[in-house]
Amino acid sequence: MTDTKETKETKAAKETKETLVVNPIDCTGHGVCAELLPELISADEWGYPIVDPRPVPPQLDREARRAVAACPALALKLMRR
Amino acid sequence: MSGTTAFWYASRATGIVALLLLTAVLVLGILVNRQGRLPGLPRFAVTSLHRNISLLAVAFVAVHVLTAVLDTYVSIPLVSAVVPFDSGYERLWLGLGAISFDLMLAMIITSLIRGRLNRILWRAIHLLAYLCWPVAFAHSIGSSKDLQHGWLLYLAVGCAVVVVAATGWRLAQVARQVPRAARVAAIFAKHSATNSTATDTQQTGNQQTGNQQTGNKRTGRPRETV
Amino acid sequence: MTTTVNEPAARQTAAAALPRLLPAAPEDLRAHLARYGPTPYRGQTGLLIGDLEASGLTGRGGAGFPVYRKLAIVAQARGRKVVVANGAESEPASRKDEVLLRAAPNLVLDGLQLAAEATGATEAHLYTHHGATPEILRALAERAAAGLDPVTVTITQAPPRFLAGQESALVNRLGGGPARPTFQPPRVTEHGLHGAPTLVQNVETLAHIALIARYGPRWFRAVGTSAEPGSMLTTVYQPDGKCRVIETEIGAPLNTLLTSAPQAQAWLVGGYHGTWLPLPQAAALTLDNGTLRKYGAAVGAGVLAALPSDRCGLAEAARVVRYLAAESAGQCGPCLNGLPRIAAALAELAGPRPRRQVRADVERWVGPQSLVEGRGACHHPDGTVRFVRSALTVFAPELSRHEKGQCSATNHRPFLPLPDGIPTSEDDWT
Repeated sequence: MTDTKETKETKAAKETKETLVVNPIDCTGHGVCAELLPELISADEWGYPIVDPRPVPPQLDREARRAVAACPALALKLMRR
Repeated sequence: MSGTTAFWYASRATGIVALLLLTAVLVLGILVNRQGRLPGLPRFAVTSLHRNISLLAVAFVAVHVLTAVLDTYVSIPLVSAVVPFDSGYERLWLGLGAISFDLMLAMIITSLIRGRLNRILWRAIHLLAYLCWPVAFAHSIGSSKDLQHGWLLYLAVGCAVVVVAATGWRLAQVARQVPRAARVAAIFAKHSATNSTATDTQQTGNQQTGNQQTGNKRTGRPRETV
Repeated sequence: MTTTVNEPAARQTAAAALPRLLPAAPEDLRAHLARYGPTPYRGQTGLLIGDLEASGLTGRGGAGFPVYRKLAIVAQARGRKVVVANGAESEPASRKDEVLLRAAPNLVLDGLQLAAEATGATEAHLYTHHGATPEILRALAERAAAGLDPVTVTITQAPPRFLAGQESALVNRLGGGPARPTFQPPRVTEHGLHGAPTLVQNVETLAHIALIARYGPRWFRAVGTSAEPGSMLTTVYQPDGKCRVIETEIGAPLNTLLTSAPQAQAWLVGGYHGTWLPLPQAAALTLDNGTLRKYGAAVGAGVLAALPSDRCGLAEAARVVRYLAAESAGQCGPCLNGLPRIAAALAELAGPRPRRQVRADVERWVGPQSLVEGRGACHHPDGTVRFVRSALTVFAPELSRHEKGQCSATNHRPFLPLPDGIPTSEDDWT
């Protein structure tokens, strides 16, 4: 939950600067990531993930880590910029 | 009822439940690998159930072992839970139990750190499941007189039938799947001749072409545009 | 930082003009040494890299990456290092590497040894389309007899796959596996052949390195543009079907290389991952990325083709895309699923009265929100999308005719060169 007293600077400092990256060779299109993180990942018409290339917003950081851990093929990763 | 008998009953009961749970875990594992679905449940339910039930199974096995050790009717040292063939009582059958427990621990521990582990190594250890289950099964039948007759025997055999069927199904799917080098040619054959907007999707992993749902599979909240 | 090289003034002016890389006739070691002198080893790792930076040399394999930077990364790495001369020339329409290796193999091998010295590599490979040709074997034997090469060179034949020359696919093949790309990061310059930092350079790039080492960066910059200096080899297809390998300075007007309207209806710049350009609008363009980027094109590996006016542009494009789809490594979902579908759709668009649905499908796959572009481990889907997009733009009038059941082509013979057959088994990748 965001503290309403936070300034813009502290909010920016909290940006994770991590992005979700899928290794397209390891990915076999299970589709678990798109279910767990629909805000950042959607599935194409063949079941493969379309991943938002922008940095993960701080409020979704935990969900993103959950999606990374849930991938049965270990294809989804969080990478530092 | 004396305390020792309660422990002994507890050990046998948790052992049976553990066997059932391990059977479920193995079948769910096959389902995850084959991208199968459980009716009415989202995809992540299959992966979550597989993980959670495996942890539950290990918990039951731990209680199963502990109660057996605490029971004073027979002398089973704690260390024989992980070191096979160390106990005096039923050396062979308990030894098998220890082996399968060791394998379980290896699989659980590597799975807990799988983000940091080499993928190939993790997979190799995880495939030990197909060794772990039969060994656990042999331990169950051999060390418990209960399972050797009556409805408990039918239950155990039922579990074995399910495991064999599921494993057989997995092997059959693997045998049927298009080898990587031929996948492109296969999808070509499907699309060049007919020029249909066929919905068959070619999977890059272990899967054969199946009927996938078309369309954008947006689930949950729509994507926020910032 | 540049190091000055003392060379005779006469030799400097003589070499400034074109051709620089291709002698009039194939040269053996003696002729090579008579023309260029001995290989100018610097005696220390890293010294050549400053000259390469000053020269502005970029890779001639298609990616156009600054050469000095790649060498610097590998030179700074610790441990065992590898250099590879990439002569796979997997682009079917390209012939320049083959010609260079036949006519001037010693320039390439000089460059390979110089790159090995500059990076501190102890292992060298030559990866070629035709394997160990007589010219290469003779050059290596002559050099071995003369004791010219500090690092032994191993020759490997590339499988005839479109992706075989891709950096990570090349490394996989040299490592004993199939010539399929791997996901990067890490790049091969950090983690390549058997884990060692690996420098992969096109054979033409190495030939340029061999000349820059002798004549210096200023000589190299005597031709070309200031942003993109030097010369390059191009493979040119004229409307009569003739193919020639021409060395040209970068920035040369394209109409000095390719026939324009009315014999030609469109130009293809950059090969089968390149871009179609319309005529006569493109006639004034020059062969440099600064100009071509504005039209979504790039120089690439220098494959230039002028499509004759009597052909159907859509049919040619469809043939090429069918080939590109068949050459997918099949590792990544969007490429494996997208490319064959795009090929089938293009085949339908190249025929009479294509269904309206096909146009919408193609838009979904190659349009601005492409489901295929950028979603693979390598740039094969991206290049294919670029090719298809530009074809649909340039040949839009033809598409309108096809929708009415007409076609402007009077000649249905295939124009662009393509190999036969598609890969079907694992052996095809090794």
